[in-house]
Amino acid sequence: MKHSRFLIAAVVAAASLAAHAQSADPLTVRSWAASCSNCHGTNGVAQSGMESLAGGNKDEMYKKLIDFKTGKKPATVMHQLSKGYSDQQLEAISAYFASQKK
Amino acid sequence: MQRRQFIQTGASLGALGMLSGCASIGGGSSAKVVVIGGGFAGATAAKYVRMWSDYSIQVTLVEPNPTFVSCPISNLVLGGSKTMADITTPYDNLEKRHGIKRVQDMVKHIDVEKRVVHLAGGGELPYDRLILSPGIDFMYDKLPGMQKAGAQDQVMHAWKAGAQTVTLRKQLEAMPDGGVFALAIPQAPYRCPPGPYERACQVAEYFSKNKPKSKVIIVDGNDDVTSKGPLFKKAWAERYAGIVEYRGKHVLSDVDVAGKTLKFEFSDEVKADVLNVIPPMRAGALAVNSGMATANNRWCEVDFLTFESKVAKNVHILGDSIQIAPGMPKSGHMANQHGKTAAAAVVALLTGKPVNQQPIYNNTCYSFVSSEDVVHVASVHAYDAEKKTMVTVPGSGGVSAAASELEGRYAHAWARNIWADVLA
Repeated sequence: MKHSRFLIAAVVAAASLAAHAQSADPLTVRSWAASCSNCHGTNGVAQSGMESLAGGNKDEMYKKLIDFKTGKKPATVMHQLSKGYSDQQLEAISAYFASQKK
Repeated sequence: MQRRQFIQTGASLGALGMLSGCASIGGGSSAKVVVIGGGFAGATAAKYVRMWSDYSIQVTLVEPNPTFVSCPISNLVLGGSKTMADITTPYDNLEKRHGIKRVQDMVKHIDVEKRVVHLAGGGELPYDRLILSPGIDFMYDKLPGMQKAGAQDQVMHAWKAGAQTVTLRKQLEAMPDGGVFALAIPQAPYRCPPGPYERACQVAEYFSKNKPKSKVIIVDGNDDVTSKGPLFKKAWAERYAGIVEYRGKHVLSDVDVAGKTLKFEFSDEVKADVLNVIPPMRAGALAVNSGMATANNRWCEVDFLTFESKVAKNVHILGDSIQIAPGMPKSGHMANQHGKTAAAAVVALLTGKPVNQQPIYNNTCYSFVSSEDVVHVASVHAYDAEKKTMVTVPGSGGVSAAASELEGRYAHAWARNIWADVLA
């Protein structure tokens, strides 16, 4: 019984590590996303004149950010800002805003 | 049965930190955070500590001013296209929506050992963690003439938006056509690098429409324009030809207030009808007097993961008062980012969670070269674990290709959004 307990503990720990390697900590992602809210509103709910990100489609948001980053989509500022974030960070940020209430 | 229990326990291991954190701040003994200073950094930190602790951590905001008056956009009040009401926001949403206790007072003393803030009005505020966002104060000791009685009531800095902004606008309105406005800029680092050059544009536009024979003389303590140089120079040459004159390498040494004359270390003096002296600056007096301005007795050194002071435990220092990382501007946008980074760290530390080891945030700074047309500078800053500081991400950031009305609309939207992110 003790052996099986230990085994389960090891499996749980390994699974947790694997998950960590694949995706960033949710609180870290929340902080990354908060760096967008100066312009796009707290939790992505924007005031007039700027695009709201809260509740948007994750895949569309991510594609748009990548298009800014590669220069495919023209911009005034976003082509410069998106280049500062890795693709993984942009994907995590997109998922965060997609999960927020409009 | 035992197995199932164990799996349940294992599954909740990840949440253990959160549970123990909740326990430590629950049961009527909530953690207390005091925030000193309700500017872009402090007010943001206050709001986000509440939000990100699920409203469990008590937050008290100490700010002497009754309302928030924004430095960004305040140059447009000088230019005449915006009013003080446009740049003023009440603090009441922080109280009503976020349950922040606001104390309108000054701080007399911080007892770092006992973790108590002593207020000028006599009150005491105990804290578990203190967020200090004191802004900047001016080093008038470098300018003897500015220390004479009444001098600071006649020569404005208007570098903290408020009564000085109103007075400087009145001085510009009262100046006769054909007059000279002289703007003295201190050596970097100072609050808002492109701000003085935007101000020159705003005053020049006002002159061009109302007093076309008048002049703007910029006397800059720096070798050259410190931010968006080619864009500002293009605006001065094309939009305000014959009005704006730029003189670099002019380090101000004194001000003859009665004679309305600026004096310099190595250059000829400049006489003008309206003087605007932006003095050298340092961290707010409270930080300096508390011994926290450890960099050259001017700026406060912090750990960029938490914004905790390098010398005062449990004190997190934010905004324009810090010793900046390379490439990091002293701006309202950046201060707002400091506020969120510190808020996340303070909540984590008070609830037993790990502090984010990978901070990344950005800066976007818009400047109005006229009442409608705008240029920007943008940058992205990420934590470098080896250098233990924030560094600009290679390949990111940049400036506008040219001034545009489209960016003018974005600049106003930026202001509405950041004011809401700080205060709503």
